[in-house]
Amino acid sequence: MTSFVSLSKAMALGFVRDKTATFFTILFPLMFLSVFGALFKDSGVSKTDVLQVGSVAVLDQIPADARGDLEQVLKITKTDDLAAALEKVRAGDSAAAVEQQGGKVIVHFSAADQVKAATVRGIMESIVQQGNLTMAGVTTPALTLSAEPVEDKSMKAIQYMTPGLLGWAIASGATFGAALTLVSWRQKKILRRLRLSPVSVGSIVTARVGVSIGIALLQSAIFIGVALLPAFGLQLSSYWWAFIPIMVAGTLAFLSIGLLAGAVSKTPEAASAIANLIVLPMAFLSGSFFPLDNAPGWLRTLSNFLPLKHLVTSMQDVMVRGQSPTATLPAIGILLGFTVVVTGAAAMLFKWDDV
Amino acid sequence: MVVRVHRMSTPTIEVSDLRKAYGEVKAVDGVSFEVQSGEFFGILGPNGAGKTTTLEMIEGLREPDSGRIAVLGESPWPRNPKLLPRIGVQLQASAFFERLTAREQIRTFASLYGVSAKRADEWLAIVGLEEMGSLPHEKLSGGQQQRLSIACALAHDPDVVFLDEPTSGLDPQARRNLWDVLRDINQQGRTVVLTTHYLDEAESLCDRVAIMDHGQILQSGPPAVLVRELDAPTRIAIESGTISLDAARALADGAEIDDDGVSLTFATRQPAPILAALAERDALRGLSVRGATLEDVFLNLTGREYRA
Ligand SMILES: Nc1ncnc2c1ncn2[C@@H]1O[C@H](COP(=O)(O)OP(=O)(O)O)[C@@H](O)[C@H]1O
Ligand SMILES: [Mg+2]
Repeated sequence: MTSFVSLSKAMALGFVRDKTATFFTILFPLMFLSVFGALFKDSGVSKTDVLQVGSVAVLDQIPADARGDLEQVLKITKTDDLAAALEKVRAGDSAAAVEQQGGKVIVHFSAADQVKAATVRGIMESIVQQGNLTMAGVTTPALTLSAEPVEDKSMKAIQYMTPGLLGWAIASGATFGAALTLVSWRQKKILRRLRLSPVSVGSIVTARVGVSIGIALLQSAIFIGVALLPAFGLQLSSYWWAFIPIMVAGTLAFLSIGLLAGAVSKTPEAASAIANLIVLPMAFLSGSFFPLDNAPGWLRTLSNFLPLKHLVTSMQDVMVRGQSPTATLPAIGILLGFTVVVTGAAAMLFKWDDV
Repeated sequence: MVVRVHRMSTPTIEVSDLRKAYGEVKAVDGVSFEVQSGEFFGILGPNGAGKTTTLEMIEGLREPDSGRIAVLGESPWPRNPKLLPRIGVQLQASAFFERLTAREQIRTFASLYGVSAKRADEWLAIVGLEEMGSLPHEKLSGGQQQRLSIACALAHDPDVVFLDEPTSGLDPQARRNLWDVLRDINQQGRTVVLTTHYLDEAESLCDRVAIMDHGQILQSGPPAVLVRELDAPTRIAIESGTISLDAARALADGAEIDDDGVSLTFATRQPAPILAALAERDALRGLSVRGATLEDVFLNLTGREYRA
């Protein structure tokens, strides 16, 4: 027990005093969060900018509650200068300009962004039809259409990015921590020295596990804390704390990958190259950086074999999608199973020294 | 007390016919020796002689190809947790935790053996590093690092201590400081096994040395005995030109005389009359008298000059 404590302390001190390690484990992911946060601001449900030139009766007469719905999708700005409005559309700053000339509602749009143009056209058509019906005296139409985004309305970019980037940060922290400790302790002969002392391999590994879980908790606290700032505006679901067990399971899974990388590498450089080759592509394929919703089917199938996918998805489930803690159990099972298999392989390849 | 009698008669370390090859290289080629309790034992030899390989097989870090090893009556291979707390090892390449201070290093190592931080700090003081405690280990000088490494090996108060070239790379002053530390360790009753490629170190520290070359022990015994058994001549040298070669021959009957233009050297087994005659003629300019050393023993054993 005392050797577990003192080894943990030695590893933890070694970590906090290592500027490079702390940068890549804590600050680097936070930088990603800021950059992506700025880049994809509101890209979850992006509103379409529309300019209203002069008075447009169908828009002006929309009742307040319907207006609220409309503003989920369109951001309407009023102006009187048609020429300036058209220039803005041409420049791509606005998706469309709407004006009314007598009984004619004209939508000016640029063909450059067809998706947005189609959105505005579709919405304006339905508004015009609604207006026609009202004018024809049909106040309760037989059919109405209500458009809702698939994700819940608050699924802004920060919502999926926080668990995604946190998952990636935890995965790389655990992988690199284990791989580099193992290799540099072997290279610096600390493992040989420990082999001469009465500590078990178990104590060494348990100490590494404890320190890595501590680091993962620290990463989570800082990450979630920053994402909750008004500038980012993360909104947590009620069972958000249920990410902790899944995070622990994820840490174990990536520790085992790190132990394996460390067992087969002779130098820290080799170990970190291997760890990079594993973690970075996995982060892309697991939806850490952007959602896989639009990815091809084979890629989504492939991603189910990646531990990071399970870590990220199930952290999203409880942190922002409002799912119950029990929803993480299958993922925890998968991650722990993965850990057992990979740790077994690492133990078989483990070497105390290079001699 | 049968146990005690038994203990005393059993050597602390017994090695017989130890062998280890790396491919074609026979790193250790049939080594046998014993070390008694409380003895200061040295393995002396040039680089590549097989000292580290021998030592690390005894410590249980490497598996012998063949041969038998018993340390305190236990076999060190495979890793023997019963033996580990009773031995202290300083590896040839010092092993320190990354980014820890000297005090944190020794406290960490001590706690692996269940030794208190207080006792660890005492060891830091014993090796004279009290003031350096809060320095990161890489900021220590070579000699200080070696002393820290030795303190880390001793913090759990082992019965047997293994030191692999503890003074290599140190300046003469630091070496002598370390020798004092090593003598103390031995005088407190611990058995010490040391490897070195310094002849003077072996001569000065060890009760008994084994001279090793090409994986084999050529001879072993107390340094003074090895030198005496060599029965080598004493070399008396004075400045060339102080006396003529003929005069030298006349005053030193039977001595081997050589003048290389710098020194005139007499090699003799009876130095006293020659010294007296030289003094009488006031011909002592640049005098040096050198008895045989382990270097001569090595030369005699291998037929080549000793080069570390
Ligand atoms: N791990 C190893 N792999 C290959 N050769 C080795 C290894 N360790 C030692 N040797 C060889 O064995 C011989 C003895 O080495 P060593 O025991 O380190 O000598 P010493 O400590 O006396 O300098 C050398 O020729 C060395 O190259
Ligand atoms: Mg050596």
